[in-house]
Amino acid sequence: MSQGAGGSFPATRPSVVRDLGSADPATRAAAYEALARSYWRPVYTYIRLRWRRDPEDAQDLAQEFFARAFEREYLERYDPAKARFRTFVRTCLDGFLANETRAAARLKRGGAFAITSVDFARFDADLAAHARSDDPDPERWFHREWIRGLFADALDRLRIDAEAAGHATAFALFHRYDIEPDEAGPRPTYAALARDTGLSVSDVTNELAWARRTFRAIVLDTLRTICATDEEFRAEARDLLGTDPR
Amino acid sequence: MTGPEFISDAAIARLRALDDHPDFGGTRYDIVEPIGRGGMGVVFRGRDRELDRDVAIKVTAWSTDADAERLRTEARTLAALEHPGIVPVHDVARLPDGRVYSVMMLVRGERLDVCASRLPLPDRLRLFDRICDTVSFAHSRGVVHGDLKPANIMVGAFGQVLVLDWGGGGTEGYMAPEQRDGAAGTRSDVYALGAILRDLAGTPTPGRARKPLTSIILRAMGSDPGERYASPGELAADVRRFLDGAAVSAHVEGPLEQAARLARTYRMPIVLVLTYLAVRMLLLFWRA
Repeated sequence: MSQGAGGSFPATRPSVVRDLGSADPATRAAAYEALARSYWRPVYTYIRLRWRRDPEDAQDLAQEFFARAFEREYLERYDPAKARFRTFVRTCLDGFLANETRAAARLKRGGAFAITSVDFARFDADLAAHARSDDPDPERWFHREWIRGLFADALDRLRIDAEAAGHATAFALFHRYDIEPDEAGPRPTYAALARDTGLSVSDVTNELAWARRTFRAIVLDTLRTICATDEEFRAEARDLLGTDPR
Repeated sequence: MTGPEFISDAAIARLRALDDHPDFGGTRYDIVEPIGRGGMGVVFRGRDRELDRDVAIKVTAWSTDADAERLRTEARTLAALEHPGIVPVHDVARLPDGRVYSVMMLVRGERLDVCASRLPLPDRLRLFDRICDTVSFAHSRGVVHGDLKPANIMVGAFGQVLVLDWGGGGTEGYMAPEQRDGAAGTRSDVYALGAILRDLAGTPTPGRARKPLTSIILRAMGSDPGERYASPGELAADVRRFLDGAAVSAHVEGPLEQAARLARTYRMPIVLVLTYLAVRMLLLFWRA
């Protein structure tokens, strides 16, 4: 991704998927933690809604899935020639949950990947309010939640970057124009945004342009870290945004 | 402890469409649907509300300021090319998200490969001649196409050829070797024209001498630019010679080949002379 006018773009980070099999224990542990941060949302939602587990159970199972994957090196068996990494994670998760269901008692572990920075109660309330579990295809379903998680993390990072770069107004406009309107409500016009913020229409245009470019760059940067190969990254980017990343 | 917020399905759809459904709010154009996609961006069928007509709108991939300026310069250069084979550019500007878009006449017709599949070889070669003429004109104004391929050539309802998507970066199968190093020139277009000629020539049919045409293709697609025809005009001239049954510059004929070609080219006069001689011989024998 190249830099646009006035934009501050994140530096490209290496793939954590490749680090999962690192010989250095610290690198390997860091890769698993990064992966858990990227994947907790689709994994948790999948367990909650697809496997119909209650919130407490789903939280335990999500953490245990990552802990078990770390201990037993599940995810290190990934072969980029066979499937996308997210498909492999979902398949591993299904296998893990099927085994857990069969097991009479589950050992509570997960300490290595306790997802402490997440307000599960709030997330669960959001799930109840918005998420649908009507897609019969588990792959499509997991993919949708994976995208939701990727965009939510990118939005969070955009907020932090925008404040740091003096573009808090850009974030607020982006939120109002691109995030807030739901299916029922129309998007505000640029003129309405200008009136509400006291900016000129062209300033609204420029601020929105900055936020959109930066959001896109953050999404691609994050995507690159959770793909194993450049081919997989490009294929995921095409699926996600419809065009080849530059 | 708050964590990232929940993003609705509607917002996800909007965010995924930042590329495919660019925001044309504040312009005179409405986006109708995507009609083409390439490395340089996406082409949409659109509507010009001011002039109440359909247009093609090419939205480039996300670009730097330098890229954007280069694309605007290219659009201006292209707008100055007045030729029946070059689609007129009406407008070029920048979207609120920073991408450059250009507005062109919406071409109605068929892709070259679709149209050519119904035509006999001589008609396909005549179409090729018109493509070369268009590219040759652009070269004379200092413009290189860079991404010639059947998907970028349309044939209109009256058989007119329209060459689209100028300034591309090359496509596998049509891209000259030097383009991989970023060194596109007029002879890179000659290479791509050779690849198009290869497609148009199709599979040789029995009884038809195709060696000269194959030689033309091989010369146009030489791996070294210096081995190729110097211009699309030279290439087209050789193809016309082939069509007319004349010797082509890309192929050195043996005596038998030359005789066979001349026999094919002058079949009718030769048949008439032979018939005349046969009749004269019969008359001589009859009188004797």
